[in-house]
Amino acid sequence: MSTCQSPTRRLILQGAGAVALFGLGTLSFTPALAAANDKYPEDAFKQKSDADALKALYGKTAEASDKVKLDAPEIAENGAVVPIAVTTTLADVSSISFFVSENPNALAASYIIPAGTVPAVANRLKMAKTCNVIAIVESGGKLYSATKEVKVTVGGCGG
Amino acid sequence: MASTIRVRATNTGDTTEVQALIQHPMDSGFIKDAKGETIPAHFIQQLTFEHNGKTVFLADWGPAVSKDPYVKFAFKGGAKGDELKISWVDNKGASDSTTAKIA
Repeated sequence: MSTCQSPTRRLILQGAGAVALFGLGTLSFTPALAAANDKYPEDAFKQKSDADALKALYGKTAEASDKVKLDAPEIAENGAVVPIAVTTTLADVSSISFFVSENPNALAASYIIPAGTVPAVANRLKMAKTCNVIAIVESGGKLYSATKEVKVTVGGCGG
Repeated sequence: MASTIRVRATNTGDTTEVQALIQHPMDSGFIKDAKGETIPAHFIQQLTFEHNGKTVFLADWGPAVSKDPYVKFAFKGGAKGDELKISWVDNKGASDSTTAKIA
C-alpha cells in the first residue's frame, strides 16, 4: 500500500470519521490509482525524529535488508547538496523514501513508484550534520531499509 | 517566461530514463538572512510525472531537498516522440508544468 494512507490512518486513530471513511476507501485501490490520488503527507514531514516520521508516513517499522542498495558519499563536503540514490532488487515496490536522521525534520523525500516504474531513485538532499541517511523501500506492503552514515564537513542548514 | 523545469527523457528500448532539474529556492525555513531574519520556508511539495495520462512517478518533497532539485528515475514503456508531462506545486501554492518529448 502506498504512503497516502498513513496520514489518514493517524486521523482514524484520532477519530475523524469522514476522513477515516475516505482512508478505508483508498485501501482497496490499486497502487497506480492510489498514487494518482496521493495526498502530500504533511504530518510525516513535520516529525522530528526518523522513527516518528516513519510511523507517520507508513504506520509500521522497517527491517534492514541487503536488497536495498543505498548509494551515498562517505564524506559530503557540502551538506547543502548531497547526492543520494537508492536501488533495490525487491519486487512489487510501491514507494521509496529518504530520511536524514539528524535533520530538523527527518523525512527528506518520499517517492511513489507506480507499477511499471523502475524501483530506483537518485536525488540530492540537504544534511545538517554528520548522521545516518536511511532509505526505506516499501515492497509488497512491507518496509525494508538501508542505512549509511555520511560525514558532513559543512552543514546544509547553517546560517 | 522560461519554464522552471528542465527535463531529459531518453528511451533505451524497454525503459525510459528521466532526469529532471527544477529551478526553485527550496528554502528550509531554518536559515537566517544577512539581517538575522529567518527566511520563510518555500519548497516544492509535490512533483508529478505523467505519461499517456498515467502517473509514472510522484515525488513528495520536504524542505530537506536541495536547492534547484534534481531527480532521476526510469519507467518501463514510453517511446521516442511520446510526451511526458511534468508538474510541481510548492508550499505557497505556486506551480509550474511543462511537457517534454521522449528522445
